[in-house]
Amino acid sequence: MVVPVSYYLTLSIALFALGVIGVLVRRNVLVIMMCIEMMLNAVNLAFIGFADYFKAVDGQMFVFFVMTVAAAEVAVGLALIVAIFRNRGTVYVDELNILKW
Amino acid sequence: MQMIFFILAGVALVSGGLVVFQRHPLRSALWLIVNFFAVAGIYLLAHAEFIAAIQIIVYAGAIMVLFLFVIMLLNLRQPEEEQRFMHLGQKVGGITLAVFTVLLLVYGVCKVVLPPGKAAPPGLGNTESIAKLLFTDYLLPFEVTSVLLLVAIVGAVVLAKSKLK
Repeated sequence: MVVPVSYYLTLSIALFALGVIGVLVRRNVLVIMMCIEMMLNAVNLAFIGFADYFKAVDGQMFVFFVMTVAAAEVAVGLALIVAIFRNRGTVYVDELNILKW
Repeated sequence: MQMIFFILAGVALVSGGLVVFQRHPLRSALWLIVNFFAVAGIYLLAHAEFIAAIQIIVYAGAIMVLFLFVIMLLNLRQPEEEQRFMHLGQKVGGITLAVFTVLLLVYGVCKVVLPPGKAAPPGLGNTESIAKLLFTDYLLPFEVTSVLLLVAIVGAVVLAKSKLK
């Protein structure tokens, strides 16, 4: 009774789509970063599903590295958000338009 | 086995949806923790015990605590009277793009013909085999990862110290 790899991929696609919707629809930049984390997690799920299917550990290695990159990204991203909030007083992406002219 | 997978997948999808459509970012963060735990359970089903433990420690532990700290640190305005979504055109456009992404992904996945799966090789457990691979074949990426983390630490400290002018 092993779970087929297509189930993992289906769940992975669904979670990724939820993340895409969140990134494109929400205004709060913190929620947008959380949705980015969810998308990274969905990709990790696809890696794990294939690693289980092929009985190879290499997929799990990639998940390990993706998690490291995600941790670094969150650390720098949240520091940026705090700095921008101190400077501009908002976390809503449609009000952060200093790069637009 | 499949029953557990369906339950965990349902929990992951529902909590993921709540992350997107919750009003307050604090509640989004708490639902995201539920999502991470469900995905960690699925990792356990897929015989990735080490990754499941790392998922709970790093994601649900460290990263989400960081998120909660920042949310509480910023002390946002009362979100009740705030508009939480983009205006309508962007909302429709975003969901359309997401549906298009799903169709594209499903098309790409359905095109692939997978070779048949293999039987599990005997021998080492999950953590031992990961450690063996990490310190032989993947030694250089592992070391580069440590440099990446150092850069992230320095960058976070610099950004948090100075005000953006």
